Amino acid sequence: MRKLILTHEFVLFVLVVLLCVAIGIKNPAFWSLGNVFDLLKSSVTLGLLALGVLVILISGDIDISFPAIAAFSMYVTCLIAQATGLGDHIAILFGMAAATGGLLGAFNAVFIHFFRLPALIVTLGTASLIRGGLLAFVGTRIITDLPESMVAFSRAQLFRQQLPGGETIGLAVSIFILVGVALLVQFLLNHTLLGRGIYALGGAPEAARRVGFNIRRIRFFIFALVGCLAGVVGIIHASNMRNANPFDLSGLELTVIAAVVVGGADITGGKGTVIGTILGTLLLVIIGNSLILMGLPTEWHKVAVGAIIIVSAGMAAWRRRMGRNSGRRK
Amino acid sequence: MEPASPFITLEGIDKRFGGVQALRNVSLRIEPGEVHSLAGENGSGKSTLIKILSGVCRPDGGAITIGDQRLDSLRPVDAIRRGIQVIYQDFSLFPNLTVGENLAINDLLEHSRWLVRWRSVRKTARDAVAALGVDMDLDQPLGELSVAEKQLVAIARALLHDARLIIMDEPTTALTGIEVEALLKIVRRLKQEGVAILFVSHKLREVLAISDRLTVLRNGEVVAEGPAAEFDEAEITYRMTGRRLHANRYVLPSDWQRQPLLKADRLSGRTVREVSFELCAGEIVGLTGLLGSGQTELALMLFGIRPCAGGTLLIRGESKRIRSVRDAMAAGIAYLPEDRLAEGLFLEQSIERNVVAADLASLRNRAGLIPPSRLRKESDRWLTELAIKAPSGQIPVSALSGGNQQRVVLAKWLSTQPGILILNGPTVGVDVGSKQAIHDQLRELAARGMGILIISDDLPELAGNCNRILVMHQGRLVDELSGADCDADTIALRLTSF
Repeated sequence: MRKLILTHEFVLFVLVVLLCVAIGIKNPAFWSLGNVFDLLKSSVTLGLLALGVLVILISGDIDISFPAIAAFSMYVTCLIAQATGLGDHIAILFGMAAATGGLLGAFNAVFIHFFRLPALIVTLGTASLIRGGLLAFVGTRIITDLPESMVAFSRAQLFRQQLPGGETIGLAVSIFILVGVALLVQFLLNHTLLGRGIYALGGAPEAARRVGFNIRRIRFFIFALVGCLAGVVGIIHASNMRNANPFDLSGLELTVIAAVVVGGADITGGKGTVIGTILGTLLLVIIGNSLILMGLPTEWHKVAVGAIIIVSAGMAAWRRRMGRNSGRRK
Repeated sequence: MEPASPFITLEGIDKRFGGVQALRNVSLRIEPGEVHSLAGENGSGKSTLIKILSGVCRPDGGAITIGDQRLDSLRPVDAIRRGIQVIYQDFSLFPNLTVGENLAINDLLEHSRWLVRWRSVRKTARDAVAALGVDMDLDQPLGELSVAEKQLVAIARALLHDARLIIMDEPTTALTGIEVEALLKIVRRLKQEGVAILFVSHKLREVLAISDRLTVLRNGEVVAEGPAAEFDEAEITYRMTGRRLHANRYVLPSDWQRQPLLKADRLSGRTVREVSFELCAGEIVGLTGLLGSGQTELALMLFGIRPCAGGTLLIRGESKRIRSVRDAMAAGIAYLPEDRLAEGLFLEQSIERNVVAADLASLRNRAGLIPPSRLRKESDRWLTELAIKAPSGQIPVSALSGGNQQRVVLAKWLSTQPGILILNGPTVGVDVGSKQAIHDQLRELAARGMGILIISDDLPELAGNCNRILVMHQGRLVDELSGADCDADTIALRLTSF
């Protein structure tokens, strides 16, 4: 029991609940079904990217090229769909975008694995290459006539109901993609050899190599996974926006990494959980969307996010110290 | 009686790396249940031999026979299948995973199961721990364990693979006296079960205590081989280095006069309790005790890194309060830290820069800059004085061997012209030849009037080089040995009596 209370995830959970209660007291509109549905919908893109980054951080690497990959995959997929008429089914579009993203992610892994370059620098470079390549060679025009299937996807809602004012609200189906991916990543990390290999690689790379993990395969898998998720996010984003804008989705990387770190993942590798990442994402989304409901000016948003990042990093460091002390006492 | 058939035999193994002949015509024979020690200085080919036994390296010539099967080469997988397990110095464990998972991970990989069944992981781990006869919390993250406990995990993991031969690379370097005893006990137990052990160690005393047979390598060749009973420390050292080393104790010169440099009176800290002692010019004083008895904290207090909670300190008869490293340096105190890699050196920086790092002020010219010529001159002086073997002062310290690195740290502090030198584990991970050289340098410094305090777990080191030895236990100074009592066995006896 003590163990549970002391986990990062539990503290984070309490924090999210307290924040919700506080906002709800200040402004009961927070708890309206419409607002809750909106919050969940806005968690989808951040959450999906955060799950990808979680896997990368656990393995001890980092990726900051995923927003560029998302934009590239989205735009290229939409262009192809427009030109060929493929894409009367949303699954095809998701598949195309995920494949494009996965390839770009593997491109990152080539530099990181074979040329032994630091992931931060490689992805800093590829982020610029991919975004620049997209704008220079593919196009800068905003595509507004998206395939029907994308528009339909963004309109698809569950639990749809009519409010007394005539407005309809519902839960966007994209939330189920997030839930599904979260479950998959959870299963991957905790119940597959590949997942344990990712933790092992993040904890002690040399030892992981010696016991016989295939490091190359693990690296390619994780970078491709982030790329795939970025592709999916690109399509969801374009559907929500009703257009494919190649300039979109920039500057997301730091927020996403922040969400994962707030969720308890260790930037130096080897630690992190899916539930923590989801809670970290929720915390940042709630702060982003709801401080305004509390009557706080939007400038406070950045202050709050910054404070939370520092506090959560401090909490992790403190816990590490406690752990080490208790180990020494034994 | 027929000699038992060997578990593994190497015959005439040759191995070259580029232009370097790492092994030349090396033969080695290990029998089941035998504890075989491999001794040799750094660079003598020990690591290469381990790599060949574990299949990481392929020999250029010679033959390997396991059981009755003659093999031309051995791949890592074959080595593991045939029961050869290496426990590396860093254990190859995962600090972020639990003890249980660390134990079971090889097993998972070996069967290349796609899914991880936690129930079977736990069972594997429980069996492994039970086979070793120790009790461990399998759910504890490995990173929270002590070095000795991690080593147990590594051994238990090796046993899981039906190990027939466990190769231990420097297994006792980071262990305290009692932990070494516990390890040796486990080694004996494994031996009874027919598991052969290849013990690779610098610590000759342990080598002699545990081995049945030993092989000594020098420059890639076997220079001695035989039952351990036929060797003593001096003999092994001679074989390893090719030269006879003196084994005389350090005694104060006959005209020595008591001239206190440092006098601690009831010093107390977080774990240190009312420690009083004196260090005089020309003395080499040893400080030892079980791990965590307060020796390191005492040193850190004297060097201003940890605060003193009480007591007084006289330096050359003057009462001094040391609150920072600057204070300590001003009082003429130098400190060689326990972990030279992390605390003593700027690994990627050049040797020269490391040498002058503690005494930049005296190298400044009027403009406050350090002229490269002055820096080079100062560093060259120390390279010569301490016989540091390096092609030039400009290469990074990380390229040097352990013994030479330690001498760079020593040079750095000696350049501050200290009166009092405190060394914490000065020869950990340093090979026998360099160790001797460092000890000689310390004696010379003492002869020139420096007061030296050595903190060490290496009892023969203290016995051979100190004129007095202080023993700490639970933060208190409980014993002081001098003269004929400064003997490794006597100290060991005192330590185990707690």
